[in-house]
Amino acid sequence: MLIPCPHCGPRDLSEFSYQGDATRTRPDPASTDMKAWHDYVYNRPNPAGPHREYWQHAGGCRTHLLVTRDTLTHEVQAVAFARAALNDGAGKP
Amino acid sequence: MVERISPLGEAFRPGTYGNLVDGPGVTLTEATPAAIAEASAFPGSAEALLGAIETVTGLSLPATPGAGAVGGDAAAFAIGPGRHLVAGAEGLSASLQAAVALDIGTVTDLSHGRAALRIAGPRAEWVLAKLFALDFSPAAFPLSEGRATAHHDIFAHIQRTGGEQFDIYVFRSFARAFWEEICAAAAETGYEVR
Repeated sequence: MLIPCPHCGPRDLSEFSYQGDATRTRPDPASTDMKAWHDYVYNRPNPAGPHREYWQHAGGCRTHLLVTRDTLTHEVQAVAFARAALNDGAGKP
Repeated sequence: MVERISPLGEAFRPGTYGNLVDGPGVTLTEATPAAIAEASAFPGSAEALLGAIETVTGLSLPATPGAGAVGGDAAAFAIGPGRHLVAGAEGLSASLQAAVALDIGTVTDLSHGRAALRIAGPRAEWVLAKLFALDFSPAAFPLSEGRATAHHDIFAHIQRTGGEQFDIYVFRSFARAFWEEICAAAAETGYEVR
Protein backbone atom coordinates (compact mmCIF):
# COMPACT_ATOMS: atom_id res chain seq x y z
CA MET A 1 0.00 0.00 0.00
CA LEU A 2 1.31 3.45 -0.93
CA ILE A 3 0.17 6.60 0.86
CA PRO A 4 0.67 9.81 -1.15
CA CYS A 5 2.04 12.10 1.56
CA PRO A 6 1.24 15.75 0.69
CA HIS A 7 4.81 16.73 1.55
CA CYS A 8 6.91 13.73 0.50
CA GLY A 9 4.92 12.19 -2.34
CA PRO A 10 3.90 8.52 -2.56
CA ARG A 11 5.66 6.43 0.07
CA ASP A 12 5.52 2.84 1.23
CA LEU A 13 3.23 1.83 4.07
CA SER A 14 6.24 0.85 6.20
CA GLU A 15 7.11 4.55 6.66
CA PHE A 16 3.73 5.29 8.27
CA SER A 17 2.18 4.44 11.60
CA TYR A 18 -1.55 4.21 12.19
CA GLN A 19 -2.87 6.81 14.61
CA GLY A 20 -6.50 5.77 14.89
CA ASP A 21 -10.02 6.40 13.72
CA ALA A 22 -10.60 10.00 12.64
CA THR A 23 -14.38 9.87 12.72
CA ARG A 24 -14.99 9.87 16.46
CA THR A 25 -15.49 13.08 18.40
CA ARG A 26 -14.58 13.43 22.05
CA PRO A 27 -17.43 14.27 24.42
CA ASP A 28 -17.25 17.48 26.42
CA PRO A 29 -14.54 16.81 29.05
CA ALA A 30 -17.01 17.91 31.73
CA SER A 31 -19.54 15.34 30.57
CA THR A 32 -20.41 12.43 32.85
CA ASP A 33 -22.45 10.65 30.17
CA MET A 34 -21.03 7.16 30.55
CA LYS A 35 -22.49 5.91 27.30
CA ALA A 36 -20.93 8.79 25.31
CA TRP A 37 -17.51 8.13 26.86
CA HIS A 38 -17.82 4.38 26.39
CA ASP A 39 -18.65 4.87 22.71
CA TYR A 40 -15.76 7.31 22.30
CA VAL A 41 -13.20 5.04 23.91
CA TYR A 42 -14.34 1.57 22.82
CA ASN A 43 -16.97 1.47 20.09
CA ARG A 44 -15.80 1.44 16.48
CA PRO A 45 -18.07 0.99 13.46
CA ASN A 46 -15.46 -1.07 11.52
CA PRO A 47 -16.90 -0.17 8.10
CA ALA A 48 -16.34 -2.27 4.98
CA GLY A 49 -15.60 0.62 2.63
CA PRO A 50 -14.29 4.18 2.91
CA HIS A 51 -12.87 5.04 6.32
CA ARG A 52 -11.34 8.26 7.66
CA GLU A 53 -8.27 7.65 9.75
CA TYR A 54 -5.11 9.33 11.05
CA TRP A 55 -1.68 8.20 9.95
CA GLN A 56 1.68 9.64 10.91
CA HIS A 57 4.47 9.73 8.34
CA ALA A 58 6.86 8.62 11.09
CA GLY A 59 9.59 7.49 8.70
CA GLY A 60 9.52 10.70 6.69
CA CYS A 61 8.35 14.25 7.34
CA ARG A 62 6.75 13.17 10.64
CA THR A 63 3.48 15.04 10.01
CA HIS A 64 0.11 13.58 10.90
CA LEU A 65 -2.17 12.93 7.95
CA LEU A 66 -5.90 12.54 7.54
CA VAL A 67 -6.39 9.64 5.14
CA THR A 68 -9.59 8.31 3.57
CA ARG A 69 -8.94 4.64 2.84
CA ASP A 70 -11.22 1.92 1.48
CA THR A 71 -10.91 -0.94 3.96
CA LEU A 72 -11.91 -3.49 1.30
CA THR A 73 -9.42 -2.53 -1.42
CA HIS A 74 -6.85 -0.42 0.51
CA GLU A 75 -7.38 2.27 -2.12
CA VAL A 76 -6.36 5.62 -0.65
CA GLN A 77 -9.04 8.04 -1.78
CA ALA A 78 -7.87 11.27 -0.14
CA VAL A 79 -4.92 12.51 1.92
CA ALA A 80 -4.46 15.82 3.68
CA PHE A 81 -2.41 17.16 6.57
CA ALA A 82 -4.25 16.67 9.84
CA ARG A 83 -3.28 20.24 10.77
CA ALA A 84 -5.63 22.09 8.42
CA ALA A 85 -3.45 25.21 8.07
CA LEU A 86 -0.71 23.17 6.39
CA ASN A 87 -3.00 22.23 3.50
CA ASP A 88 -2.79 25.73 2.02
CA GLY A 89 0.00 25.66 -0.52
CA ALA A 90 1.03 22.05 0.12
CA GLY A 91 1.31 20.46 -3.33
CA LYS A 92 4.16 18.54 -4.92
CA PRO A 93 6.30 15.78 -3.45
CA MET B 1 34.24 21.80 23.20
CA VAL B 2 34.00 18.04 23.37
CA GLU B 3 36.22 16.31 20.84
CA ARG B 4 34.19 14.26 18.39
CA ILE B 5 35.41 10.97 16.99
CA SER B 6 33.97 9.16 13.99
CA PRO B 7 31.11 6.81 14.86
CA LEU B 8 32.29 4.46 12.10
CA GLY B 9 35.29 3.28 14.12
CA GLU B 10 37.01 0.18 12.77
CA ALA B 11 34.32 -0.21 10.10
CA PHE B 12 35.94 2.68 8.20
CA ARG B 13 38.75 1.06 6.20
CA PRO B 14 40.10 3.09 3.26
CA GLY B 15 40.70 1.05 0.13
CA THR B 16 38.83 -0.52 -2.76
CA TYR B 17 36.45 -3.42 -2.31
CA GLY B 18 33.87 -5.55 -4.08
CA ASN B 19 33.48 -6.14 -7.79
CA LEU B 20 36.21 -4.02 -9.38
CA VAL B 21 35.97 -5.39 -12.93
CA ASP B 22 34.87 -1.95 -14.18
CA GLY B 23 36.62 -0.04 -11.41
CA PRO B 24 34.80 1.25 -8.32
CA GLY B 25 31.26 2.38 -9.20
CA VAL B 26 30.94 4.56 -6.10
CA THR B 27 33.11 6.32 -3.56
CA LEU B 28 32.07 6.22 0.08
CA THR B 29 33.24 8.83 2.58
CA GLU B 30 32.20 10.21 5.91
CA ALA B 31 31.09 13.80 5.36
CA THR B 32 29.88 14.78 8.83
CA PRO B 33 30.07 18.60 8.96
CA ALA B 34 31.21 20.50 12.05
CA ALA B 35 27.66 21.59 12.83
CA ILE B 36 24.23 20.13 12.10
CA ALA B 37 21.02 21.78 13.28
CA GLU B 38 17.31 21.35 12.78
CA ALA B 39 15.40 24.59 12.35
CA SER B 40 11.62 24.36 12.79
CA ALA B 41 9.05 27.06 12.25
CA PHE B 42 6.01 27.66 14.42
CA PRO B 43 2.73 27.62 12.43
CA GLY B 44 2.60 30.54 10.02
CA SER B 45 6.31 31.42 10.39
CA ALA B 46 7.81 29.20 7.69
CA GLU B 47 8.81 32.13 5.47
CA ALA B 48 10.37 34.03 8.37
CA LEU B 49 12.42 30.95 9.27
CA LEU B 50 13.69 30.65 5.69
CA GLY B 51 14.75 34.29 5.94
CA ALA B 52 16.71 33.57 9.11
CA ILE B 53 18.42 30.57 7.49
CA GLU B 54 19.38 32.76 4.53
CA THR B 55 20.74 35.47 6.83
CA VAL B 56 23.01 32.99 8.60
CA THR B 57 24.07 30.67 5.77
CA GLY B 58 23.51 32.75 2.63
CA LEU B 59 21.41 29.88 1.27
CA SER B 60 18.14 30.85 -0.38
CA LEU B 61 15.58 28.07 0.08
CA PRO B 62 12.29 27.99 -1.81
CA ALA B 63 9.28 27.24 0.41
CA THR B 64 8.44 24.04 -1.45
CA PRO B 65 8.53 20.47 -0.09
CA GLY B 66 11.97 18.88 -0.33
CA ALA B 67 13.62 22.10 -1.50
CA GLY B 68 17.26 22.56 -0.61
CA ALA B 69 20.38 24.53 -1.34
CA VAL B 70 24.08 23.71 -1.30
CA GLY B 71 26.70 26.40 -0.77
CA GLY B 72 30.42 26.49 -0.26
CA ASP B 73 30.40 25.87 3.47
CA ALA B 74 26.76 25.13 4.25
CA ALA B 75 23.85 23.02 3.04
CA ALA B 76 20.18 23.02 3.96
CA PHE B 77 17.03 21.21 2.90
CA ALA B 78 13.42 20.73 3.96
CA ILE B 79 12.72 17.57 5.96
CA GLY B 80 9.07 18.37 6.67
CA PRO B 81 6.62 21.27 6.47
CA GLY B 82 8.43 24.22 8.06
CA ARG B 83 11.32 22.00 9.18
CA HIS B 84 14.85 22.16 7.78
CA LEU B 85 18.12 20.39 8.33
CA VAL B 86 21.00 22.86 8.17
CA ALA B 87 24.63 21.75 8.06
CA GLY B 88 27.75 23.87 8.07
CA ALA B 89 30.82 25.13 9.83
CA GLU B 90 31.58 25.36 13.53
CA GLY B 91 29.29 27.84 15.28
CA LEU B 92 26.40 27.43 12.85
CA SER B 93 23.96 26.22 15.49
CA ALA B 94 24.67 29.16 17.78
CA SER B 95 24.32 31.64 14.90
CA LEU B 96 21.00 30.09 13.89
CA GLN B 97 19.74 30.11 17.47
CA ALA B 98 20.57 33.80 17.66
CA ALA B 99 18.91 34.56 14.31
CA VAL B 100 15.67 32.64 14.88
CA ALA B 101 13.48 34.75 17.18
CA LEU B 102 11.51 32.98 19.89
CA ASP B 103 8.21 33.65 18.14
CA ILE B 104 9.40 32.29 14.78
CA GLY B 105 10.58 28.83 15.66
CA THR B 106 13.17 26.65 17.31
CA VAL B 107 16.71 25.53 16.51
CA THR B 108 18.00 22.21 17.82
CA ASP B 109 21.71 21.47 17.65
CA LEU B 110 22.21 17.95 16.28
CA SER B 111 25.97 18.16 15.68
CA HIS B 112 26.67 15.31 18.10
CA GLY B 113 23.54 13.37 17.19
CA ARG B 114 23.87 12.83 13.46
CA ALA B 115 26.51 11.52 11.09
CA ALA B 116 26.66 12.26 7.38
CA LEU B 117 27.74 9.54 4.98
CA ARG B 118 28.55 10.51 1.41
CA ILE B 119 28.11 8.30 -1.63
CA ALA B 120 29.36 9.59 -4.96
CA GLY B 121 29.96 8.13 -8.38
CA PRO B 122 28.21 6.92 -11.51
CA ARG B 123 26.44 4.06 -9.66
CA ALA B 124 25.36 6.06 -6.58
CA GLU B 125 21.71 6.20 -7.65
CA TRP B 126 21.71 2.46 -8.32
CA VAL B 127 23.18 1.61 -4.92
CA LEU B 128 20.82 3.92 -3.02
CA ALA B 129 17.81 2.52 -4.89
CA LYS B 130 18.59 -0.84 -3.27
CA LEU B 131 18.21 0.67 0.19
CA PHE B 132 15.36 3.16 -0.11
CA ALA B 133 11.98 3.04 -1.88
CA LEU B 134 12.62 6.41 -3.55
CA ASP B 135 13.15 7.57 -7.12
CA PHE B 136 16.77 8.77 -7.22
CA SER B 137 16.77 9.83 -10.88
CA PRO B 138 17.81 13.46 -11.47
CA ALA B 139 14.33 14.30 -12.75
CA ALA B 140 12.61 13.12 -9.55
CA PHE B 141 15.41 14.05 -7.15
CA PRO B 142 17.16 17.16 -8.53
CA LEU B 143 20.41 18.69 -7.31
CA SER B 144 20.28 20.17 -3.78
CA GLU B 145 16.84 18.75 -2.96
CA GLY B 146 16.37 16.62 0.15
CA ARG B 147 14.19 13.70 1.21
CA ALA B 148 13.24 12.34 4.60
CA THR B 149 12.86 8.58 4.57
CA ALA B 150 13.88 5.45 6.42
CA HIS B 151 15.76 2.23 5.78
CA HIS B 152 13.77 -0.18 7.92
CA ASP B 153 14.03 1.54 11.33
CA ILE B 154 17.03 3.71 10.47
CA PHE B 155 15.74 7.19 9.70
CA ALA B 156 17.67 8.92 6.95
CA HIS B 157 17.69 12.45 5.61
CA ILE B 158 19.16 12.45 2.12
CA GLN B 159 20.35 15.43 0.06
CA ARG B 160 21.71 15.37 -3.47
CA THR B 161 24.82 17.53 -3.04
CA GLY B 162 26.27 16.94 -6.49
CA GLY B 163 25.39 15.57 -9.91
CA GLU B 164 26.27 12.05 -8.79
CA GLN B 165 26.63 12.66 -5.06
CA PHE B 166 24.32 12.21 -2.08
CA ASP B 167 24.82 13.00 1.62
CA ILE B 168 22.88 10.73 3.95
CA TYR B 169 22.28 11.95 7.52
CA VAL B 170 21.57 9.16 9.98
CA PHE B 171 21.40 8.95 13.76
CA ARG B 172 24.97 8.78 14.97
CA SER B 173 24.40 5.59 16.93
CA PHE B 174 23.14 3.88 13.75
CA ALA B 175 25.91 5.25 11.53
CA ARG B 176 28.25 2.26 11.80
CA ALA B 177 25.53 -0.28 11.08
CA PHE B 178 24.26 1.77 8.18
CA TRP B 179 27.77 2.28 6.83
CA GLU B 180 28.24 -1.48 6.71
CA GLU B 181 24.84 -1.75 4.98
CA ILE B 182 25.93 0.73 2.27
CA CYS B 183 29.22 -1.12 1.81
CA ALA B 184 27.34 -4.41 1.34
CA ALA B 185 24.96 -2.76 -1.15
CA ALA B 186 27.90 -1.28 -3.06
CA ALA B 187 29.87 -4.54 -3.31
CA GLU B 188 28.11 -5.35 -6.58
CA THR B 189 29.36 -2.16 -8.28
CA GLY B 190 32.69 -2.05 -6.48
CA TYR B 191 33.45 0.81 -4.09
CA GLU B 192 36.29 2.90 -2.83
CA VAL B 193 36.40 4.06 0.78
CA ARG B 194 38.35 7.24 1.43
